[in-house]
Amino acid sequence: MIIDHPLLGPRDSAEFTYKGDARLIDRPDPEKGATAHDFYDYGYLRDNPAGWHEELWFHEAGDRSWLVVTRNTLTHEISKVELARDVARSRGRSK
Amino acid sequence: MRFSGLRVIKEALTGHKGWTPAWRDPEPQAHYDIIIIGGGGHGLATAYYLAKEFKQKRIAVLEKGWIGGGNVGRNTTIIRSNYLLDGNEPFYEMSLKLWEGLEQDFNFNAMVSQRGILNLIHSDAQRDAFIRRGNAMRLNGVDAEMLTTAQIKERYPYLNTEDARFPIKGGLAQHRGGTVRHDAVAWGYARGADSRGVDIIQNCEVTGFKIENGKCLGVETSRGFIGATKVGCAVAGSSSRLMAHANMRLPIESHVLQAFVSEGLKPVMPGVVTFGAGHFYCSQSDKGGLVFGGDIDGYNTYAQRGNLPVVEDVCEGGMAIFPAFGRARLLRMWGGIMDMSMDGSPIIDKTHIDGLYFNGGWCYGGFKATPASGMCFAHLLARDAPHPNATAYRFDRFEKGLMIDEKGMGNQPNLH
Repeated sequence: MIIDHPLLGPRDSAEFTYKGDARLIDRPDPEKGATAHDFYDYGYLRDNPAGWHEELWFHEAGDRSWLVVTRNTLTHEISKVELARDVARSRGRSK
Repeated sequence: MRFSGLRVIKEALTGHKGWTPAWRDPEPQAHYDIIIIGGGGHGLATAYYLAKEFKQKRIAVLEKGWIGGGNVGRNTTIIRSNYLLDGNEPFYEMSLKLWEGLEQDFNFNAMVSQRGILNLIHSDAQRDAFIRRGNAMRLNGVDAEMLTTAQIKERYPYLNTEDARFPIKGGLAQHRGGTVRHDAVAWGYARGADSRGVDIIQNCEVTGFKIENGKCLGVETSRGFIGATKVGCAVAGSSSRLMAHANMRLPIESHVLQAFVSEGLKPVMPGVVTFGAGHFYCSQSDKGGLVFGGDIDGYNTYAQRGNLPVVEDVCEGGMAIFPAFGRARLLRMWGGIMDMSMDGSPIIDKTHIDGLYFNGGWCYGGFKATPASGMCFAHLLARDAPHPNATAYRFDRFEKGLMIDEKGMGNQPNLH
């Protein structure tokens, strides 16, 4: 698989480490009332869809940025690659 | 129709005209006591033991394709029970014991071959860890023996023990481990279940569950609605897709594991060798092909094919310890989809929906577990209580902190 890095252009997926579902960006916040059950849900349960999947890839052997890759789990086709930083900020995470 | 040597001779002398189909091809009935979704090894074994050991009636196995066309036909056929943790070891040893008696039990030649499995070690720390594992096995009454490099060389004289990065310092052997003809497992269980009245319904895909007031009343299928008192799901690899029809999210990711077979060679590998540090394991099939594999690719996928970086990684591992195998040509390779669970261990449990039961999360270790998985799932379905050897395989272990994490990797499925 070739991941089209937003800053570096097309890179071999072997340069990356896979983390998982991009919903892992949305960590529950105890200060906003998140419960232990919310953390169980966050830590252990996954949608695991057959089809389009937004997922986190870490460019470990490259610029060490985190990416959100939209990839089809049936065909391995990649339709969108974004910096995870931008995605997190657009969801109100980080500053 | 029972198979025997006498029968084979008789049929040979009479033109093989007396053989009959090994199982029927029935139309689905309107209602069953128990429906098993998934006509793979685990589903067929469950149906077989439900009928044979638990005397249940009116059972159906629903399979979306043909039986044995999924992971039971896509694995590397290894059986073993070399586990460390208490939640696992009695279960896998039960499975190995069932393998040992399986062919007599279901009157089918599954070519169970206890040729032994050997896990290689490369450092003092790894030796300590494997001695601990071997001791844990022996505490559970399972055979385990630490071998020296010289003992290993006697069996595998062409093994490269002097690799600079991973010199081989010994190994943990389980002599009762080995290989089984995988397709015959599906066929043997199917034939045994069918002869006890189980309806095996192929080309019947489950497209939904009928759930009312928290109770499962049956399944919607590509061949119409089929009612059931109890529904058991055994579709590892596709568990999340199936259980999404019941609005369940699982502690599972789907990953692909690749496997490879070389051209047929004269006997060269007497047993199974695993090179865990280098992501490589290998055995030789009775046809002569070297059957080998390594790690999962490591990203969510339902495509039954992997990518080239893992092919390279597996072959590098093989070349590091078995340089001679570089002369063998690769004949075929394929990928199978694994239910990778959050702690690397399976789930055999009731769901929160009355009458709906789940069996899955087998990671890349489902084949060896087939007989025990079937026995324990049948126990759960028939008696509504977990089998004593499967009490740890609960859904709620993740929320309660009771993980069975053999590798200590935490909730990162691609590291198990």
